[in-house]
Amino acid sequence: MAFTRTFMQLRPIIAALGRHKVATALIVLQVALTLAVASNALFIVSTRIVHLSRPTSTDEAHLFVIRNGWKLGQTAAQIDANIRADLESLRHVAGVRDAFPSQGFPLGGFKDDIILRLKLKPDQKTHGQLVTFFASDGHAIDTLGISLVAGRNFRPDEITVSGPNEKMSPASIIVTRSLADQLFPDGSALGKTVYLPDGPAAIIGILASLQGPLKQSDRLDRYTVLVPTHYLDPAGVVYLVRTDSTAMKPVIAATLKALQERSGVRIIDLKDGIVTMAQVRERAYAEDRSVALLMSILSGLLLLATAGGIVGLSSFWVSQRRRQIGIRRSLGATTGDILRYFHAENFLIVSGGILLGALLAFLANLGLMHVYELPRMPLYVPLLGALLLWLLGQLAVWGPARFAAKVPPVVAIRTE
Amino acid sequence: MWGYYVVLALRSSARSKALTALVIVLLAFGVSACMVSYAVFRATTSDPLPGKSSRLYVPLIDNIGPSYNYLGEPNETLSYMDAMALWHAHKASRQTLLYPTKWQVESDNPSVPAMTETGDAVTADFFSMFDVPFRFGSGWTADDDAQHATVAVISRHLNEALFGGHNSVGQEIRLDGQLFRIGGVLEDWNPRPRFFDLGDDVRPFDDVGDIYIPFTRATDMKKDSTFSLCPTDSQAFDESNWDAYLHSECDRIVAWVELATPADVDSYREYLRHYAAEQQRLGRFSWPPNIRLRNLTDWLTFLQVTPRASSLSILVSASFLLIVLVNVVGLMLARFMRRAPEIGVRRALGASRTAIYRQFLIEAASMGFVGGLLGVALTLLGVWGAGALFEPNIARLVHADTSLIALTVLLAIAATVVSALYPTWRAAQTQPAWQIKIN
Repeated sequence: MAFTRTFMQLRPIIAALGRHKVATALIVLQVALTLAVASNALFIVSTRIVHLSRPTSTDEAHLFVIRNGWKLGQTAAQIDANIRADLESLRHVAGVRDAFPSQGFPLGGFKDDIILRLKLKPDQKTHGQLVTFFASDGHAIDTLGISLVAGRNFRPDEITVSGPNEKMSPASIIVTRSLADQLFPDGSALGKTVYLPDGPAAIIGILASLQGPLKQSDRLDRYTVLVPTHYLDPAGVVYLVRTDSTAMKPVIAATLKALQERSGVRIIDLKDGIVTMAQVRERAYAEDRSVALLMSILSGLLLLATAGGIVGLSSFWVSQRRRQIGIRRSLGATTGDILRYFHAENFLIVSGGILLGALLAFLANLGLMHVYELPRMPLYVPLLGALLLWLLGQLAVWGPARFAAKVPPVVAIRTE
Repeated sequence: MWGYYVVLALRSSARSKALTALVIVLLAFGVSACMVSYAVFRATTSDPLPGKSSRLYVPLIDNIGPSYNYLGEPNETLSYMDAMALWHAHKASRQTLLYPTKWQVESDNPSVPAMTETGDAVTADFFSMFDVPFRFGSGWTADDDAQHATVAVISRHLNEALFGGHNSVGQEIRLDGQLFRIGGVLEDWNPRPRFFDLGDDVRPFDDVGDIYIPFTRATDMKKDSTFSLCPTDSQAFDESNWDAYLHSECDRIVAWVELATPADVDSYREYLRHYAAEQQRLGRFSWPPNIRLRNLTDWLTFLQVTPRASSLSILVSASFLLIVLVNVVGLMLARFMRRAPEIGVRRALGASRTAIYRQFLIEAASMGFVGGLLGVALTLLGVWGAGALFEPNIARLVHADTSLIALTVLLAIAATVVSALYPTWRAAQTQPAWQIKIN
């Protein structure tokens, strides 16, 4: 009933708006621009939040990383002995659950020695599948807190040694499920042989999931390989350590003390030699968080500004039309009719703005895709934005409309 | 006249307090969002070498070809062979080769433990080309380059750590176990962005390194760059065979040349093309010459040094200001139209249209000024809070100064006056007779 009455009013509303062309056009323009900017900004926020909240699939709350540099002049055999001795002491520090040596860590960033290409045939002419890898041993799975969905862990006798200038040719590797499915879409990866640059390796295990050192692309980040090797880089080694409790400070101090017993062989930078996974995550996604926060704040301000503008102009219209409202009231219009009139008018104007704004939003998205490599904006983003603006418009006009409905019929016959 | 119109503006503002407050608050937010974004943008796009950036060029030669390069662009560094060829050709008034390195540093001071420090292997012209300031001593000479001298230049910061800030020229330090004589100590020097050795490992807003030694000596010591890209499956190379590594197609060296005139630039570009064509003729390249020669400014643009957060926020805040202005036009229109009777009386008493224009534009400017003052407060708040919004190494570059504050107020006034133009025109069209007749 109320709906049909509102609908009946549309024609006089449109006629009345025709008398305020400029003011109407201004609100339409404002709503349109707000929709275009806010939906793109909020779309950027959502892509960034999805990006930065991706799990590494490791037990991040209990993990920390030691970047251990080696003093120069040590042979590979000495470094190997150092690593073995360090692991022995690390794994016996109170509060440490497990530890393993590697050359990188999840979200650790790009380095020369984290990338591999895997080929399916030894004589394959095309580039192999690009993957990232972690040097590992039998303790890697427990330390990272990841799980095998098929196959088995490395045996101690499978652990090889390699280095930046040595061939890396392990007999076996463990891969993530994403990579297994990419290489063998029929799901038969377990037990298959793939070819590293220096030789063949059998896939002996499949991990549910594990993020590599990179954070750029959703696909490559999940193509992670565990290679059973002690990577003897004369520059240094990375120890990943998993603790029993989330209170890591005492454990970190105890680990440092344990390593200090052989301090002559190593250099650990006191500033950023030891980082927790939480810190690693914070640094890795600092820009994403910054963009998301900025865009949210600006979008919030934008919507507030638009609401403010609607309140301001609607109040002005109400004050301008006091006489007309009085005449309508004295001719029998109820306060409800007046309320509905202003709400319907606002709905009409905002709808006009939304039509124009949706078009602008898509144009802006096309431009941004070009400059910032954004994905195409799905249709529901401007639709949600439109809903938000309709709601905002109705809320904003509520105050002025109530004020208008209070105009007594008697003003119709008053002369000012 | 001014004073009178400002008093009129104040009076009319007192009559419509809410509308006035709304306009001022909107303006303040719109302007300050723009200014905070601008402060960050200004910090991230600043010219690291004002006055010189158009004369310093980075030459690139594609030595990996279309099957390895990305979208046809040569790698961002040169191979050792190409870098040496450019170096020996000496076609520019000044030139330097460099690459970033990491060193284990020991001094004779037993109280300072061994540490790892970063720096660059550079050639003699590095210091003069980039206007590097010295606190003690100086850089080294071209002769030292030729002699593969064991001379080092260290930062003021490292000098503090190792020698307590005293003049250490002539003292010795050990880098990776090799003794180096200190030839100079730098003043604080931290160009923003760190333009000269950007790569995978070096980010534009990182602090510069602490140690500079001759390129030739570093190469003798088989010191590798902290980044290198090889056209192999693993992108790495067996460096234990150093000679083969030097003659490989691995890219890791940055070259800079100083070219004073456009004619010099043209002839250098011609030289590069000629060199690449020569390599193609010799059978080393199986592709036509693919070279680049960009000056510092274009180089930073090409590397997309400006963080996305910064350029995006400038874009969105500018849109925000635009929306605020549309809003203010509407509100000003409401404010001025409400005063049609007043305008009618003024016009009837002899005020010209110009006087009406002047009155309302001054009124708008006064509101803009107040909005600007509030905007300054919000801008200062935003700059102060930049640490929470931007990454730490960018946030610390952001600062407010008098020019930013002046710009905030100016932008607020200009924006308000522009958005008052149409409402003022409408106000000036008011017909006096219509307004003063009794209904």
